[in-house]
Amino acid sequence: MLIFYAGLLFLASASFFAGRSKAIALLADKPGSMHSLPFYHGAYVALFALIAAGLVYGLATALTLPYGEYAGLLAAAAASAVAFPKIAPNFRARNTVEKIVLLFLAICSGFAILTTVGIVLSVLFEALVFFAQVSPIDFIAGLQWSPTSDPASFGFIPLLVGTLLITLIAIIIAGPLGLFSAIYMAEYATPRMRAYAKPILEMLAGVPTVVLGFFAALTVAPLIRGWGEAFGLSVSSESALAAGIVMGMMIVPLISSLSDDVINAVPQSLRDGSYAIGATRSETIRKVVLPAALPGIVSAFILAISRAIGETMIVVMAAGLAANLSFNPLDAVTTITVQIATLLVGDQEFDSAKTLSAFALGLVLFLITLSLNYVALRVVQKYREQYD
Amino acid sequence: MTDITMPIPPRTAEVGADLVAKRYRAERRFRAYGLISLGITALFLAFLVVDIVGKGLPAFFEHTVSLPVTITADKVNAADPAKGDFSTMAKDALKDAFPAMSSRVDRKALLGLLSTGAGDELRNRVVSDPSLIGKSAEVPLLMSADADLYFKGSQTGVVKSTGNVPIDIAKLSDSYSITGKFDSVSVGTVIRANDGAFRVNAVDGATLAAEPLIEPTAIGEVAAGRWQQLQFSKAEADRRITDKEAVVLETLQERGLVSNGIAWRLFTSGDSREPELAGIRGALVGSLLTIAITLAISLPIGIAAAIYLEEFARKGRMTDLIEVNINNLAAVPSIIFGLLGLAVFLNFFGMPRSAPLVGGLVLALLVLPTIIIASRAAFRSVPPSIKEAALGVGASHQQAVFHHVLPLAVPGILTGTILGVARALGETAPLLMIGMVAFIVDVPKGITDAATLLPVQIYLWSDLPELGFQSRTAAAIILLMFVLFALNGVAIYLRKRFERRW
Repeated sequence: MLIFYAGLLFLASASFFAGRSKAIALLADKPGSMHSLPFYHGAYVALFALIAAGLVYGLATALTLPYGEYAGLLAAAAASAVAFPKIAPNFRARNTVEKIVLLFLAICSGFAILTTVGIVLSVLFEALVFFAQVSPIDFIAGLQWSPTSDPASFGFIPLLVGTLLITLIAIIIAGPLGLFSAIYMAEYATPRMRAYAKPILEMLAGVPTVVLGFFAALTVAPLIRGWGEAFGLSVSSESALAAGIVMGMMIVPLISSLSDDVINAVPQSLRDGSYAIGATRSETIRKVVLPAALPGIVSAFILAISRAIGETMIVVMAAGLAANLSFNPLDAVTTITVQIATLLVGDQEFDSAKTLSAFALGLVLFLITLSLNYVALRVVQKYREQYD
Repeated sequence: MTDITMPIPPRTAEVGADLVAKRYRAERRFRAYGLISLGITALFLAFLVVDIVGKGLPAFFEHTVSLPVTITADKVNAADPAKGDFSTMAKDALKDAFPAMSSRVDRKALLGLLSTGAGDELRNRVVSDPSLIGKSAEVPLLMSADADLYFKGSQTGVVKSTGNVPIDIAKLSDSYSITGKFDSVSVGTVIRANDGAFRVNAVDGATLAAEPLIEPTAIGEVAAGRWQQLQFSKAEADRRITDKEAVVLETLQERGLVSNGIAWRLFTSGDSREPELAGIRGALVGSLLTIAITLAISLPIGIAAAIYLEEFARKGRMTDLIEVNINNLAAVPSIIFGLLGLAVFLNFFGMPRSAPLVGGLVLALLVLPTIIIASRAAFRSVPPSIKEAALGVGASHQQAVFHHVLPLAVPGILTGTILGVARALGETAPLLMIGMVAFIVDVPKGITDAATLLPVQIYLWSDLPELGFQSRTAAAIILLMFVLFALNGVAIYLRKRFERRW
């Protein structure tokens, strides 16, 4: 391995400098005669060497042939030997090099598609193996989730209810907090106030979720439990409420920054018109600015919900593992992400329904967040008012 | 416009004033909602930071007990001093400090106060100076997590008071009775006198029935000021230090042997089963290796993709598809990337589990959309006149982009990249999927060694029941947050420093 890369580095740079100095020498003979700059001639030879080595080495590795490294280096040397004599005054080295670079850039931009395809294929493939063992109807409509018991049952409903319960708590907390923060920041705050408030929200957005999970599990959950018991309520130590509250605080910056942007995008003339007919600031915001910004705000809320559904660490650390079909926020519930994480940590057997069910859950999670993101995009596109 | 059909109510002056006052009240209320929301958010952040710092700060310090240790030649081979039985020598030193505690139970209690790594410092000294063999040396020995936490006050509160009245100790058949004019003694109080200690089991007026924790060297009259009373805030069953152990610790402290120092171990050692020996070096190195790989992959690809999409791609179905994909990937839950890593990198390509290589690849895919989006914004902010000028003097399209647009976009790209790295550094969920949640003692040496990362270490420690680990977890969080805030600070600085208005 190391020999290959070190050798390749040497060959490529040697080819580059050889090519460049030949071009420089030609140029010195007849100033102004070269089509391309010497740099491109050098780069042309070096790129040829690199591509040849990459192809041969890659092929050898894929076919598990021996001595792939040496074959690759040999190919590199041969390629530069072929490319080197091509250097001539009217050889269009720059055009070739630029074509190769452009191809490289295009391939890089294709990585996004490749990643999506990879996600869909990997999740879908394993999920299909799972659905060959467990009927999709039992999965979608089953009321019991216990993948480790015997016989195992894979009913998805308790997980969905748990996820939605925690998400609901989170959005109840984050919705008003985020929206009112955004309104204050966009409409009332002085530049000085903004200078203090914005970093607070950005800091909160930058706190890793594992930290929030630790905080939820070790500080917020005992606190809620203590308060609940003071009122004579029985609160689970892994209550949905604790996880929901902390998750809510996590998405406050998301809602507020997205809403802030859309509120700021509402043209000033609308506000001025409202002030002119005698409305106060809050009346203007409620009756004019918010309706105008509504599509953006709705889309911000949808994106926040999508984020909350996909969040893992807070719920892994602060929510429960047992799948209870419960709507009580003081009970312990589990979520889709918690189950994916617990099923795949530790030993994995890729032939058991237990491990494969994590991929089925992953597929569902991917589809849910994908459709939420799509809806958020469509809401903005469809209902946005063009004021300009 | 339609006609106004609603009748306008006639208004008197008072109703008008009332209405105006009401509307102003509503205005103030609305404004207050905004302030309260921001206040709650700030309060939450402050609470979070104070709570974590309060929990984590003690872990940066550790208590050691300095005892004269005899380094006997039969326990250390001078030829290879590193292999000596230093742990036993440390234990012997503690036993020698309490000759009265000779029973098996007493010894066990005594030795539980020393860390299993207590001999490490001794080993280091002997290895660097083998002439110590056969001599006695004063060496700071690391205390166990429970003893350490007792001194930090997290085990139990303790009120110490010196007795201001004379007492009389009398020995009964298997217990003691203590008489004196006590003012505040209750069942559970511990009384120390004559190098011994008693626990009060019953109070009967001026006479206490007491059981010995450590046998006293003498009985009879003890003058005022010569004895001490300890009152613990937690019952013995609710703490991890017994009354007897607490008395030993108090004695050691009274003798001036206990000292509190900075726990460098936290930064220099790997993970351990013992909280007082566990450090984050392994996780830190793992994080660095992983982030290096993430950067090495995502930065070139991200910039190249951004250049292509912004400067060269023809608008069409393909670029639309790529754009939709990038925006969508930015919103895919991170745990899904973990599933991708597990299915593709581990199962399909057979890469090693728990390796920074795989972690770096997964995180690279995760931050790629962020970097592409930030880089595109950076390219877009460079005015087209720059490129047009380059094209005007005869540069090729690529020359214009690489020589003139790219350098001007670099600050913006860097800012976006740093923010992406900060996100990757705090990411945990996808790494759980690819097996980075293992207990790994060794510091990883390469990108294919089993390793764990800082956030994963935090997750692992937070799961452990020991109080000592809770504090270590918070300490690791403090370090992680410090790094993240520093990165964000650099990003903000770069943005401020190189921001240009064209």
